[in-house]
Parts: sequence; C-alpha cells; structure tokens
Amino acid sequence: MIVTEFARNQWYVAAYGHEVGRQQLGRTILNEPILLYRTEDGRAVAMADRCVHRRFPLSESPSHLVGDRVVCGYHGFTYGPDGVCVAVPAQQRIPRTARLRSYPVVEQDSFVWVWIGDREPGDTLPPRAPWLTSPDYTTVCGMEPLNARYGLLVDNLLDLSHETYLHGGYIGTPEVAETPITTEVDEDAGIVYVSRHMDDAACPPFYAESTGIKGRITRWQDIEYRPPCLYLLHSRVAPVGSPPPAPDGTDEHAFHVEVVYAITPSTENSTYDFWAVARDFALDDEKVSDFLRDSNRTVVLQDVTALNTLEQVIAAQPDRYQELSVNIDTGGLAARRLLARMAAQGDSVPSQAAAR
Amino acid sequence: MSARDSGAPAGRTVYRIRWLPGTDRLHASCFCGAEREFEDPVVLWDWLLGHPEGHLPRPPEAHDSPAPAAALV
Repeated sequence: MIVTEFARNQWYVAAYGHEVGRQQLGRTILNEPILLYRTEDGRAVAMADRCVHRRFPLSESPSHLVGDRVVCGYHGFTYGPDGVCVAVPAQQRIPRTARLRSYPVVEQDSFVWVWIGDREPGDTLPPRAPWLTSPDYTTVCGMEPLNARYGLLVDNLLDLSHETYLHGGYIGTPEVAETPITTEVDEDAGIVYVSRHMDDAACPPFYAESTGIKGRITRWQDIEYRPPCLYLLHSRVAPVGSPPPAPDGTDEHAFHVEVVYAITPSTENSTYDFWAVARDFALDDEKVSDFLRDSNRTVVLQDVTALNTLEQVIAAQPDRYQELSVNIDTGGLAARRLLARMAAQGDSVPSQAAAR
Repeated sequence: MSARDSGAPAGRTVYRIRWLPGTDRLHASCFCGAEREFEDPVVLWDWLLGHPEGHLPRPPEAHDSPAPAAALV
C-alpha cells in the first residue's frame, strides 16, 4: 500500500534559500505550521507559525518583522529568532510558556532544511545535492504544490516507465518503458537505487533541444532515493557510439543532468514538490536554461495533474483498496517499505555518514 | 557514472534485484549470498525480507546449471 504515515525525526526541505528572506514565509510540514525568515545577518530561522496568544499566523500580514524579531499582527506579541517571546502588549510580565517551538535549520545545496521531530538531530545532517550550487553546473528549479499524499509522488519518481506514457513529447520515449531496470537497496544507509540503461534510444525533445544531439542516444537513468525527502536522478545522455566513462570517472563525451526532487509532506493529502535540474553543459546559455525550466515544469505539472486525480480516486476508496504491482514497481516497493519502517520507528538513517 | 558507481558499495547489507533481459523474471540476491528468481516483485520482497528463512547460499556448481531441477525429472 502507498505509505501515508509521516516519518518524523528527519530532515525535510522547507524552502529554497532564495525563498527565505526579510519577509515571513509560511510552510506546513508534516502538519506543523512553520514560519521561516532571515535574521539581519542572513541566518535562516524556523519556528512555529502560530502566536501563542490566539494562534494568529505570524507569517500572515499584518504580522511583520522588526529587526530580528517577528511581531504578531493581531495583538503585538513579539518573538526573537529563537522563538522566545520578548514582548507582550500592555504588561511587563512575560508568561513562562510564551515561547514558540523552534526548529533546527540547515541551509545547504540551495535548500533550507528543517528537522521535524521530537528529539534533536544530533550529528545527523541532511543528504547532499551538491550539483545545485556547483560552479560546474547550471541549475533551474521550482516548486509545485501537489494535492496528493507524498507516497504517490514517491511511487511516481521511483518508476520512470511512466515517462513513456505521461511525458511523451518531453522526456518520454518508447525505450524507457521497454528497458528492464536493476534495483538495489542499501539497508545500512537506507537508500534505494534504481537503474535503467538504454543503449540505443530515441532522443526526447528535453535532451535533443538542450544538448543539440540530432540522432539516437545512449541514455542512462540512475535513481538514488534517500528517503524520506531527497530524490536524485543521475541522467547521462550521449550519442550512440560515444565512449563510455573513463575508469577515473571522467566522461567528457556525455551530457549529464542531475534531476533533484525534494518530496516534503505538507498534510496527509498535500505535498511540496520541489524540483531542480542541474546540467554540466551550455552553462551560460540562457535559452537552454529557459527551455529546461519550462520543459521540466511542464513535466512536473503533468505529474501533479495525474497525482491529484489519483489522490481523489484513492481517497474515495476503502482503506484496503486493491492494486497490482509488476516488475517496474520493484524499486517503488522498496521505497514504500523503507518509508513505512522510518515512519514506524521515527528513526533517522545515517544520511551523512552514508554519503559517498 | 557507471551502473556500479551509482549503486550501493560492496560489503554492506544490500539487496539486489536484476530484471533478466528478454524475460519477465526478476533475479534477487540477498546480502547473505542467497539468490532466487521470481515473477512477482511482491513475492520477491517477501522472500528477501524473510532472511534468513529459506536463504541457503547458492552452491558454486549450481551457477552453471543448464536447466532448473524441475525440468530434469
């Protein structure tokens, strides 16, 4: 069954760094309303987005920032960046319980990660997506709200055979659905790998127009899913007949695209679908950036439309609806199991220690 | 990046499933060395996660067996 439970005590992407500034930003993550903003020295902070007094959202106008503090727009309760109330209207005494819950924040690889859990993260750090800020890559990105449970997006991304049918004319070609996959699950690190290597495939417009390749391609799709939040698709395309990567890892005859998704559950039936496309070619070509941004957003919106429909169908059915899994679902089934385990344990995978 | 580079490093608790080319069969390998083929990924995962039950490491000579035992009787 599709996983619906949330995995707590984990890092989740709350926003892109560029979304968090000197205006408040409100996001709901695992059903928790969270306020994000930057202090005057540029530090991103996160705390509960409800005033302790009458629950007015601190991200909503007329709530506002004054220096590093946020002032509730309803009665003026004022909080520091650590969530501690520093001013209550018309009285000197500040109740001891006047404190917003604050959230650990890590800003890396263009993402603002927040820790959602009942204990501190300790040494656990969010997994990495270094291409997004690497000078050797150019990145386009976005975020689309999804009115569907996060498990549907995990299912979608772990089985790319749907590209052939849902994304034809953009990234899908017949070879994607026709090519067998290999699946690996690293239990120690909590990572699912799904690989599909196409030796001789049509070049979809997404790659033909961005790379300039005219003929058929060798196309590799290597998925690396680090549940619950981070999904990486290492994509390699090269004209058929091009040399494979060298033993030292260099691969100058191929084009590389790192497609990154952050899957952040908002509520039981809504999800933040963060997406980014980083490429190692045409780095300064704005037309390529515009094309890839428009194309990938279109692809994401095709998924959003399909998954929003699927959510309605599933929500209307009894708890134990029937489904059928086949070979293409091998990786998705593995992801479901890891997510269910993480949700049950509220445990964290050693994401940073497992990074290679 | 090669397929091997993208996967899990050796020496870890890793499950591997390979879709056998030209067939509808899935070849499962447990971290303990046990291997088995399946036609249903759900049954496959039940077997992998049932380790160590039924996970007898495959004897070396069996790797070159020309036909499944059932075909010999």
